[in-house]
Amino acid sequence: MFASMTSPSAFGEFDRLRRELDDLFGLTGLPTSIRSAAPGAFPALNIGHTPASVEVYAFAPGIDPARIDVTIDRGVMTIAGERPSALPGDDARVNVYANERFAGRFRRAISLPDDVDPSKVEATYRDGVLRVSVARRESALPKRITVQ
Amino acid sequence: MSDTMVAERQENRQDVGRGAGQAPAPQPQPRDRDQPAMTPRVDVLEDGTGITLIADLPGVSREALDIHVEGDSLTIEGQVSPATPEAMEATYAEVRVPRYRRMFTLSRELDGGRIEAQLKDGVLRLRIPKQEHAQPRRVQVKVA
Repeated sequence: MFASMTSPSAFGEFDRLRRELDDLFGLTGLPTSIRSAAPGAFPALNIGHTPASVEVYAFAPGIDPARIDVTIDRGVMTIAGERPSALPGDDARVNVYANERFAGRFRRAISLPDDVDPSKVEATYRDGVLRVSVARRESALPKRITVQ
Repeated sequence: MSDTMVAERQENRQDVGRGAGQAPAPQPQPRDRDQPAMTPRVDVLEDGTGITLIADLPGVSREALDIHVEGDSLTIEGQVSPATPEAMEATYAEVRVPRYRRMFTLSRELDGGRIEAQLKDGVLRLRIPKQEHAQPRRVQVKVA
């Protein structure tokens, strides 16, 4: 099931190599999306598409779904919200060893393809993953044309 | 919307709250240690009675989570299983490995047999209590 989101064929070995080079040396000079974020940005995003929809997955654990703000404006989807810190404030009796988890406000933007219908959006939150499904316009769906 | 809460005792190498009568979920495979996995981000806090470990495991359901203690080593493993529609092709992915794994070494004063786990909205909270004898005690100073 998840294979469709991570299969190497979808990205190609070259893409993987480029990412590894990016990790090693920083930028490789190849073009990236104008809205790409630094590695490790919160929440991590996976984007996929089906013939009928565009699917956005935001890996945003531990957030009240009512406080996640998803907007679509002129073809750009924005996912914003805030995650409270799990650390105690000023408690002298508590030692903090690792503090790797993200806390604070976040905002990420995704540019959607032109053929989506912003009025048909569904968002669900499950196991800490926000899934936003944006339908494509009827006219953009694949059609079979009968040869007369 | 799922609201998975687990709060139960951990014995050695036991899976956390495997739900009965639920749809078959991807089984965690603790044996495949060699498979690539992401390292979940954690917060670790200590107070007088024990350690609290909080780990981000987005996309891991209760059934796909495996926590085990072997000797002094604690392993957290989870399988990512979001509901993806059929015929979906990936266009962009930051999460590329559908698995989390992280190991910790417990120190001697911690009681690995009494770990409590709670998973909610992709955040795992582990409470690792200290052994009774390791808990802080006030030492009375007698006046000689």
